[in-house]
Amino acid sequence: MTPEQALLETQVAVEMITVVIDGFEVTVPKGTLVIRAAEKLGIQIPRFCDHPLLEPEGACRQCLVDIEINGRAFPKPQASCTIPVENNMIVKTQLTSPVAEKAQAGIMEFLLINHPLDCPVCDKGGECPLQNQAMSTGRPESRFEGVKRTFEKPIAISSQVLLDRERCVLCARCTRFSEQIAGDPFITLNERGALQQVGIYEEDPFESYYSGNTVQICPVGALTGTSYRFRARPFDLVSVDSACEHCASGCAMRTDIRRGKTLRRLAGDDSSVNEEWNCDKGRWAFKYLTSRERVTSPMIRGEDGELHEASWPEAIAFAASGLKGKQAGVLVGGRATVEDAYGYSKFARVALGTNDIDFRSRPHSDEETSFLSSIALGLKTTYKDIDKADQVVLLGFEPEEESPIVFLRIYKQLRKRDLRVISDAPVASRGSIKLKANLISDINEISGLTSKSVILVGERLAEKVGALTNVVNLVEKSGAKLAWIPRRAGERGALASGAISTLLPGGRPVSDASARVDVAAAWSVDSLPTNTGRSTSEILHALIVNNLDAVVIGGVDPLDISSNALSQLLNSFVVSLEITHSSVTAVADVVLPVAAVIEKSGSFQDWQGSTRSFNKAVEDSLSRSDVRILSMLADEMGTPINLPTVAATAREIAALGNWDGKEITFEETSETKSVITEGKMNLTSWRLLLDLGTLQDGEANLAGTARKASARISKARAEKLRVSDGEVILISSDLGSLKLPVEVSEMSDEQIWVPRNSIDSQVIANLGFVSGQVTVVKA
Amino acid sequence: MSKLTPVLSANWDEADSFTIEGYKRNGGYNAVAKALTMEPDAVISMIKDSGLRGRGGAGFPTGSKWGFIPQGDNKEHYLVVNADESEPGTCKDMPLLLANPHVLIEGIIIGSYAIRANHAFIYLRGEVVHVYRRVQQAIEDAYKAGLLGKNIGGKGFDLELTLHAGAGAYICGEETALLDSLEGFRGQPRLRPPFPAIAGLYAKPTVVNNVESIASVPAIINNGIEWFQAMGTEKSKGFTLYSLSGHVNNPGQFEAPLGITLRELLELAGGVRTGHKLKFWTPGGSSTPMFTDEHLDTPLDYEGVSAAGSMLGTKALQIFDETTCVLRATLRWTEFYKHESCGKCTPCREGTWWLVQMLQDLEDGKGSEADLAKLLDLCDNIAGRSFCALADGAVAPIISSLKYFRDEYLAHQRNGGCPFDPIASTLFKTVGA
Repeated sequence: MTPEQALLETQVAVEMITVVIDGFEVTVPKGTLVIRAAEKLGIQIPRFCDHPLLEPEGACRQCLVDIEINGRAFPKPQASCTIPVENNMIVKTQLTSPVAEKAQAGIMEFLLINHPLDCPVCDKGGECPLQNQAMSTGRPESRFEGVKRTFEKPIAISSQVLLDRERCVLCARCTRFSEQIAGDPFITLNERGALQQVGIYEEDPFESYYSGNTVQICPVGALTGTSYRFRARPFDLVSVDSACEHCASGCAMRTDIRRGKTLRRLAGDDSSVNEEWNCDKGRWAFKYLTSRERVTSPMIRGEDGELHEASWPEAIAFAASGLKGKQAGVLVGGRATVEDAYGYSKFARVALGTNDIDFRSRPHSDEETSFLSSIALGLKTTYKDIDKADQVVLLGFEPEEESPIVFLRIYKQLRKRDLRVISDAPVASRGSIKLKANLISDINEISGLTSKSVILVGERLAEKVGALTNVVNLVEKSGAKLAWIPRRAGERGALASGAISTLLPGGRPVSDASARVDVAAAWSVDSLPTNTGRSTSEILHALIVNNLDAVVIGGVDPLDISSNALSQLLNSFVVSLEITHSSVTAVADVVLPVAAVIEKSGSFQDWQGSTRSFNKAVEDSLSRSDVRILSMLADEMGTPINLPTVAATAREIAALGNWDGKEITFEETSETKSVITEGKMNLTSWRLLLDLGTLQDGEANLAGTARKASARISKARAEKLRVSDGEVILISSDLGSLKLPVEVSEMSDEQIWVPRNSIDSQVIANLGFVSGQVTVVKA
Repeated sequence: MSKLTPVLSANWDEADSFTIEGYKRNGGYNAVAKALTMEPDAVISMIKDSGLRGRGGAGFPTGSKWGFIPQGDNKEHYLVVNADESEPGTCKDMPLLLANPHVLIEGIIIGSYAIRANHAFIYLRGEVVHVYRRVQQAIEDAYKAGLLGKNIGGKGFDLELTLHAGAGAYICGEETALLDSLEGFRGQPRLRPPFPAIAGLYAKPTVVNNVESIASVPAIINNGIEWFQAMGTEKSKGFTLYSLSGHVNNPGQFEAPLGITLRELLELAGGVRTGHKLKFWTPGGSSTPMFTDEHLDTPLDYEGVSAAGSMLGTKALQIFDETTCVLRATLRWTEFYKHESCGKCTPCREGTWWLVQMLQDLEDGKGSEADLAKLLDLCDNIAGRSFCALADGAVAPIISSLKYFRDEYLAHQRNGGCPFDPIASTLFKTVGA
């Protein structure tokens, strides 16, 4: 945090200091660095190692200026990136001090003697701070006639980050980022003198979830992303502000397009959310857009049982006839935007006349439904509360895996001050080790909560019966702040849009007649359905027992819910709205292609409930947003929902506003302690950030840094099983089994942890559940 | 008679000078007994008042440094002895530790007591294994004698002393890089502030002193301020070790009052290599601008050397006679600095890389007079622009050699190469000398 932000956030009087820079006075908070104070005046002092979010290094010496305090001049020019302002300080930059100007020119000349003149082929050429500042500060021709250092190039410091050592100016931004921001000190400077270089430990590649940020902040072309290398020139790219579709952190993004094709995505700036960072998934997982599996045309299943391409009118008509007058439900996945989810919500109520709709394509419970309908939308906790928290409690939530920017935020505070972190995980993840989290097995072990404490609840807490009830009670008792952080970007917006059986848009309870009248009036329909809607698992069950005939599915992988979900779909009429071919399109009767985030406009709601809107980056896309297609479908069914465009949808959502009537009360569920059967172990799992998620398809470089799947068990259990680290065990349930190498960890002897959806470990498909009792033997 | 004032080196000629018995026989560890009866602040005042200045090169008053340690802060304090002697030409601390390691240990006990440190460290140059072994043995013996450990001398003062061998990086002689290295990190200088006195080793208040500075403390405690101040000059009090090396008949360490001149030292050392005459010399190692025979009578104290345009440094006097090519010597030194530049900051890292190539070309007789201006300009862009003082030292021999021997640089160009016979300057070869 800059001193200015500190001022804003704490609202306490910060001492202000006035300095004179190049003859101009500027008043800044105490602690501000000279280089920042100069920026306030619009004076740009050239720099490389300086970065406002990293600790000062003073290594590149490019920002040398002349400084005098109380009439006493420093004998030598000083690095303005390391010196805080002081009263009676007079600073002369390159603009007014010939000494500073010469010093800077000298440094620039030195930086260039060992830097190759390969700008014409370098990814950074055109957006390179070295190039730019060589123009502003350097000399037209080098006086260096000697031999430049050379290195073998490039070397892969991970599968997704390449290093050209001869281009490196050794500013240590990448190493400082990795250590100070991400907590992953896997790269470091090795060797010395001009042969100093960024390196990795031989046995530990640069497998950080945040490694892409080092590429973005590299002030030269030394670090490049494998998937973007040599793909484009910056001046051929069109940049569009965007939002990330992967998780609920809410990162601002920048998408770079060349001739209709996405070449690169970068972290955008939003100091209240992601600052200037993002995770590697957000940065690099966009190849699904151009995947060969992309659905490019509407398709209808023919009499031969195969899908055939069809025209839009044909496909819409076919889908409409299959749905009209039928008992149908709606399943919406976590990729849906607010507007799309609203479309599904309205489509279910108006066109299908049902409350059978759910956005949860993951394990869920009635307790969670009640929590979401009554409490979740009213939560006001934000990143700022994390900044000020005295304690952070993580329940059913692994921030580094499930909401990486939330992790960065907690880690930032942890580095600065005493912050207690508590997690209910059965075993320490790499993230909770970095957060020095205290692991607890019982919510009653939490103590010392105050109104400044923050409890972050993940979607996985729904998997533990009674856990949400315990949390609600704990919050009531302690006054601690609560946040619900789902894993997917679309979930909070889908909840707000009423893509759940119990709620209409704006948090209006379906059960409330006046709420129904409200919405019906806004939608110009006579009435809204009053049936008790089904949840995702109930809808799937209803399909197999023929209580439902048809289902509209958007962005759901049934394997995320249960292993036999697909067979449940086989006998029903399935309308699939999909980006790429999937297990659902394989059984669908109609497949309607939809646009991905980059091709459409819309918005997400991050976990704070803030709207993250974005415009389409690819202008001429033929793909359409889900809501537009649903609107066509509803028209064809004769029950229009009147949402012809995303913009129209957004207007309708805004006009409808939020519910201010009586809220649903949370229904408590009492905890059931499961007893482990003799000879069995209790398996838990969560998803790793980089895994087999479909939105990561097609990006092998990214997948190369995914953590390898292993089963974590205690030392005593390993001894009992006669296995040691790396040896394979067989984990079986009634439904199946999987084999994984063992990673001996500190944990209870009864517990076993495996990744939920990684290579070799897809627990729903392999075991039939995400947590439960398993038999474990040496394989 | 002799101008020598042997204090630290007084008993170097005794066969067992390095043992605890030998040291005690000559009054060793009396100063500890005395100091432990004094208030710690009184010890600091005494060292402050004595005028003892840092013998590692910078000449900062030792007592003042001790006085910077905040007292009553409930933090651990540390005393770290910089024994990473690696400046080219400097050879005072290693012989001292070899011949009399206990004087350092005694100084450490007193210094630690004064600054209220209960753990002291000696950061020793790793290559000198024989010294390492000897100091290690001395520490062991001091522990056995109850001079280290718990309740020293029954006065309730505890002190642990750790000997740490560096891995041979010149930069680790820089005090903050030394601290990083001692903490187990890669030795690179730290950003200051905070200074070590506030946040040094493990971010705790720390004093970093040179071996000789600390070793000088017991004698001051024993003999008093007046005795100490009787030696030296107005602002440079006391005795010190001058190390003469190179083209001198009897090289070695000469302990004399500050302010002695090279002329006097050369007399003591049997003069410049017989049959030759002094050409240039360094007053305090290669990082200090060189002198010539016009500086024979410059008083070798902090002020005298500084007034003549150089620095007293480590008092490593490297003597070069007229057979030496100054350009070649400068090139060798520059190669050293290039090799030892830690790489952290641009001017030092890139500058030394460039300077070596330029000097090599000049030594080979390539280039023109304009290149000398370029060379000086590069030095100007390096000096005072770097993160630590290493780069300032790196350009010192270049700037000073150009100042005194510009024509010799040009002679290389006229000659199409070095006009000197390199063999003539060697000490083992007499042919051509």
